[in-house]
Amino acid sequence: MNRVARLLLVRRKSGRWHWTDIAAYSYLALGVVLMFGPVLWLVLSSFKTQAGLLEFPPSLLPMSQREVMVQGFPQPLPLFSATLDDGSTRVLAQVRRIGIVAQMVDPENPAQQFRIPIDKRTPVREFKLATENYTEPLERFAFTRFLGNSVFVTVVATLITLLINSMAAYALSIYEFKGKNAAMLMVVGTLMIPITIILVPVYLVITKLGLVNSLWAVILPGAATPTGVFLLRQYMLTLPRDLIEAARMDKASEWQIYWRIVMPLAMPALAVLAIFSIMWRWNEFLWPLAVLTKTEVHTLQIGLNAFQGELQTQWHYLLAMTVATLAPVALVFVFLQRFITTGIANTGMK
Amino acid sequence: MAELTLSGITKSFGATTVIHAVDLQVADGEFVVFVGPSGCGKSTLLRIIAGLEEVTTGSIAIDGVDVTGRPASERGLAMVFQSYALYPHMSVYKNMAFALENMGLKAPEIDARVRRAATMLRLSDYLDRKPKALSGGQRQRVAIGRAIVRDPKIFLFDEPLSNLDAELRVATRKELAGLHAELGGTMIYVTHDQVEAMTLADRIVVLQGGRIEQIGTPLELYNRPDNLFVAGFIGSPRMNLLPARAAGQGAVALGEAGQEVDLGRETALTAGTSVTLGIRPEHIALAGEGEAGLAMTVDLVERLGGESYLYGSAPGLPQITVRLDGQTSHGRGDRVALRFAPAHLHLFDAAGKALRPDRA
Repeated sequence: MNRVARLLLVRRKSGRWHWTDIAAYSYLALGVVLMFGPVLWLVLSSFKTQAGLLEFPPSLLPMSQREVMVQGFPQPLPLFSATLDDGSTRVLAQVRRIGIVAQMVDPENPAQQFRIPIDKRTPVREFKLATENYTEPLERFAFTRFLGNSVFVTVVATLITLLINSMAAYALSIYEFKGKNAAMLMVVGTLMIPITIILVPVYLVITKLGLVNSLWAVILPGAATPTGVFLLRQYMLTLPRDLIEAARMDKASEWQIYWRIVMPLAMPALAVLAIFSIMWRWNEFLWPLAVLTKTEVHTLQIGLNAFQGELQTQWHYLLAMTVATLAPVALVFVFLQRFITTGIANTGMK
Repeated sequence: MAELTLSGITKSFGATTVIHAVDLQVADGEFVVFVGPSGCGKSTLLRIIAGLEEVTTGSIAIDGVDVTGRPASERGLAMVFQSYALYPHMSVYKNMAFALENMGLKAPEIDARVRRAATMLRLSDYLDRKPKALSGGQRQRVAIGRAIVRDPKIFLFDEPLSNLDAELRVATRKELAGLHAELGGTMIYVTHDQVEAMTLADRIVVLQGGRIEQIGTPLELYNRPDNLFVAGFIGSPRMNLLPARAAGQGAVALGEAGQEVDLGRETALTAGTSVTLGIRPEHIALAGEGEAGLAMTVDLVERLGGESYLYGSAPGLPQITVRLDGQTSHGRGDRVALRFAPAHLHLFDAAGKALRPDRA
C-alpha cells in the first residue's frame, strides 16, 4: 500500500511539488479520463436496467427504483417518497398513474390510499446491478456458441498467420535471391489496399470455393498479412548472420534453421504479431458479416449486431455483451503487455 | 581429418576482386594460419573453404574430392566464428548437441560426445547454462566445443581470440595449441595477429590484397621473408627497413652519411641501385669503443627488465629499433654506433622482392 502511494505521488524532487509535476499529473489524469472513462462508463452502464439506461439526466452508477410487494397487488410496486398535503413526507408505493395524479398506497397498510400530484413525489433509488443483462442473453442468445466461433477463428487464424508469415519473412530476410526487394515491395504495397476494395472479389473467390458460412471463410483470406510479413522480416534482419551460418555448418537443414534457430529467436516479434492478430481477428466485423450469414457460424461481433434491430436496440443487452466480448482481449492485453512493450520496442513498430 | 587443396580460387563481388587466384595445399593434421592485415581476404578465403561463400572461379577439394559446388552442410567441416555465434536460446549442452542431432546420431552417442568435449574444455559445470550466463572465455570454449564434438574433417577458426582480453587470449592460445596436439586434426585459423600466427602455426600463409605473399613455417617467414610486406608484417617489434643504395661489391650505403654496411656476400647490383636493407632489432648490436658503425641518436628507451629497446634516429633514415639483452644505461639523447650482423641482413630490391643468393 505504501509502495502504491509512493508510486502515485512520485515527484521530480522528493518532498516538493515542481510545476512540471503538476503538469505531468494533470496530463496523465486527462489521459486516464479520456482512455479509461468510456470503458468505465460502458461497464457501469452494462449493469443498468433498460429504464435506467434511458433515464435523463443519466447517472454514472447503475441506480434503479426500489420496488416492494404490497399485499393485494400481484406485481411489485415502485416506491416513491411523496410529500403529502399536510407537508409531511412518507414513502409510498405507486399503484397507477392517472394523468398528473398518482394513486399510491402505504406498503405497510395497503388499505390506506393516497392521491398525490406527480410533481410531489420522487422515486426512491438504490444501487442495484442488473446482472440479468448478462444472464438473460447467455440463456436466450447463443453467446457460448458465438464465443466458441470467435475463439476458434482467432486461435486458428493467429496460428496460421504466425506460421506462414514467418516463413515468408524467413525467405525475404535470410535468403539472397534476385527479385527479393521487388517481392518485398509487392508485399508492402498490398498494405495500401483496404479490405473494402477487395471485399467483392474475395467474396467471389470464397463463394466459388464453397466456403460461405464456414469459419474457414473468415480464417483463410486474412491469414497472410503484409504487416506481419514486414514486421517479422524487419526483426529477422537483425538476427546475426553468423548464427544462420553456424547452423549451416552444423548440418542443419533449412527447415531446422527456420524452426529451431530463427523462430525461437524471433519470439519477441512473433509475440507482437500474435497479439495484433488476436486483436484483429477478435474485433473483425465487416468481413465476417459478409460471409457468415447463418446464426450458428456467427462470431461474437456479428452476434452483437443482432441486438441492434432496425426499429429498436436492446441497449442493456448490447452493452452487457460488449463487455463480455471485450473481456478476453483485455485479458490478453493484461497478461501479454510486457511482451507488447518490449516486443514493439524491439521491432521498432508502433 | 583430411587434406585440403585450393586451386586457382578467385572471388569477386561485382567488379571488385577480393581473392586473386589462390593455390594452396594443406596436409592432413596440419595447423595452417592465414594472417594478414584487415581486408586482405583471409576471412573470405576461410568462408570459401567453409562453403559459406561461393567461388567465382577455381576449385576446392577435400581428401581429393571436389566439393566446390557443395553447400556448407555437406562438406563435413566445423567453424568457430569470431562472434562465437552460440545459439542464445539453447543451453551449452544443446549448443553442442545441435550439430550431432542434425547428423542423426543416437541420444547416448550425443551425450557421450558432448560430455567428453565438455570435460576436455572444462565446461562440465556449465552445461545447463545459457550462453549469456557465461564469461567471454567460457563462450569461446563452448564455440570450440561445438566444433570438436562433430569430429570434423577440418576445423576452421575465424579470428576466435579477438574478442578476448589480452590475458585470456594468451591462455586460450595455449589451450588451442594443446587441443591441436591432442586432437591432431587439420586446422585452418585466421588471424590478424602475427603473434598468434607465429605461436600456433605449423605453416603460415601471409595474405595481402587477396594474394598469397608467402607460405612457410613461422621461422622460415621470420628468417627468410620473400618480400618487404612479409618482412614488415612478421616479427614484433617489426624489422627495421632502411632505404639504401648499392655501393660496390657486397656493400650498401645507408642514410645521408652514406654509412657503408658490409653484406658479407657478393651481390650483382650495380652501384647506386636503390634497395631496402632489412635487419631485425635483435640483430643490431652497439659498436664498441673505436668501432665503426651507423651513428644513431637515442630518442626513447623501453626497459623491460630482461631486455631493452632503443628507438633512435639517424639522418635520412626512418626510426630504428634496437633490442638489447638485459638492462642498458643508455638514455634519451645518447649517441650510439650500431653494428649490423651480416648474416642476418635482408636485402630487398625496389619492387620489394627479397634479394637472396638462393633466389637469384
